[in-house]
Amino acid sequence: MQKFSAERNNWIALVFLAPALLLLALFAFWPVLYGSYLSFTDYSLVKAPTWVGLQNFRDIFDNEMFLVGLKNSLLFLLMVPVVQICAVSLALLVNQQLPAIRWFRAAYYIPVVTSVSVVGIMWTYMFHEEGAINYVLTQLHLINAPIGWLSDDSIAIFAVMFVTLWRGLGWYMVMYLAALQAIPSDVVEAAKLDGANAWQRFWRISLPMVKPSVLLCSVMSLLAALKTFQEVDVLTQGGPMNATFTALYYAYDQGFKHLQLSRGLAASMIVSLCCIAIALLFFAVMRPAKETQ
Amino acid sequence: MTSARSAAIGKIALQYFLLCLMAVLCVFPFWWTLVTAVSGSGEVFAYPPQIWPQDPTLAHFKEVFAVIPMADFFRNSILITVLSVAGKLFFCALAAYPLSRLRFTGRKLVLGIVLATMVLPSEVNFLVNFITIHSLHLDDSVFGVIAPNLVSAVSIFMLKQAFDEIPADLIAAARIDGANDWRIFWHIMLPLIAPWLATVGILAAVEAWNDYLWPSIVLSKPESLPLAAGILYLRGTFGSNARVIAAGTVLTVLPILMAFLASQRFFMRGMDGAVK
Repeated sequence: MQKFSAERNNWIALVFLAPALLLLALFAFWPVLYGSYLSFTDYSLVKAPTWVGLQNFRDIFDNEMFLVGLKNSLLFLLMVPVVQICAVSLALLVNQQLPAIRWFRAAYYIPVVTSVSVVGIMWTYMFHEEGAINYVLTQLHLINAPIGWLSDDSIAIFAVMFVTLWRGLGWYMVMYLAALQAIPSDVVEAAKLDGANAWQRFWRISLPMVKPSVLLCSVMSLLAALKTFQEVDVLTQGGPMNATFTALYYAYDQGFKHLQLSRGLAASMIVSLCCIAIALLFFAVMRPAKETQ
Repeated sequence: MTSARSAAIGKIALQYFLLCLMAVLCVFPFWWTLVTAVSGSGEVFAYPPQIWPQDPTLAHFKEVFAVIPMADFFRNSILITVLSVAGKLFFCALAAYPLSRLRFTGRKLVLGIVLATMVLPSEVNFLVNFITIHSLHLDDSVFGVIAPNLVSAVSIFMLKQAFDEIPADLIAAARIDGANDWRIFWHIMLPLIAPWLATVGILAAVEAWNDYLWPSIVLSKPESLPLAAGILYLRGTFGSNARVIAAGTVLTVLPILMAFLASQRFFMRGMDGAVK
């Protein structure tokens, strides 16, 4: 009886799981396997893949656009601490019982639920030479003349970075807010009674207790930074003069605009390897710190 | 005493100043786009920027329907969103049920496989997914758009967690009454996790409505695009008319903003689920 029931359970589980597992196999595992293989071949939709060894990788590392893209993708990593510090500060600011605080939280989350394409159109206008950003900055005397935020090749990449910050901040804020609200209030009250000021409570209580969230958010933010390319697509399309190419935007550009799928796959393989390396490095550095705590 | 009180008031004033500053930074681009869309006259890039509509008009909204197949975009967006949400809820709940409630061989392995997809470098998949969709002859079809997004590990885990919280007695009682697994799943379990289905569903809806990249890769005809991709097509074809583009942008973002403001609590719960 027991055996019969176990066998029956296996069949039922299989039937329930089959569609999901099939879809995951096809759209999550297959791309990694087949994509890795294709990056060592010469392939397009109309001809069968032929093995070319490392040729695609040699090509992309000889290509200035890819090198600029790789450099920019690494530059995006600098945004991670900025995003995280801003997000923690914002979470602390909204983690208070103030009138209307719910509406402020909602306002900060609005950019998160907005499509990248909408964000791209809005910020193209915001960054226009005669747009709102230039107006405010000249009024505040922070700049003397309007800046071509998206048309100056030495500045455009920072404008794209700002937009990723603007879009991502609310998401991390809510993650940190959830962590802050999980801190038992009696701990905070006890610290207050013991005379700890706000700064001490932050360093000694809040920060250590949200540390797991900080680690998680930082890893996610690192990986997201490396994989940035949709913002590039909607704001600058890699321009001006290829200055805002990122590694993954190069992959997309090669794959779909130049129909060089295997070269695009080689570039995306490099991005994947960087992601894996950074994730491993991050956990290797952070784990001992966590255990000695 | 009074100095302590004025310090407290000063602190609250400072906090509200910062809160308002951030709120303006987050919301102003939307407001400016709206003002651009509904203004009937004046320069688009006036100095100082127009922050209040001049000669309000809905003409640009009419125009956007005339110059691009906006009604088709709307229909496509709704179709893609509804199919994505329904498919995702069904397949993910179906997978979550045995993972939560059945003892079967290889359960740990399956959990590991699902978990592994979270660490796979997913965003580089679109190149091969395009090849897959192409060889399944699903390009230019709405099924090609939704297929890769039907199952996600996060959704499966959130629904598994929801199933985990249902008392075992309830299921045992149903079994004694002779209910089979499908009946238990469909008639007993699913209604009980309705709030979680709503959370997963709303997150999936936002994702499906907002995605511009994948639909624009899969769909080659302009009239089959959803709004998020369609407004980029609008910008590409009518780049000079900022007011018409702004009108299209407003129409794209408005439904999702209203849905978000109406269902904030589901977003916050979604976050809680993701953190666990």
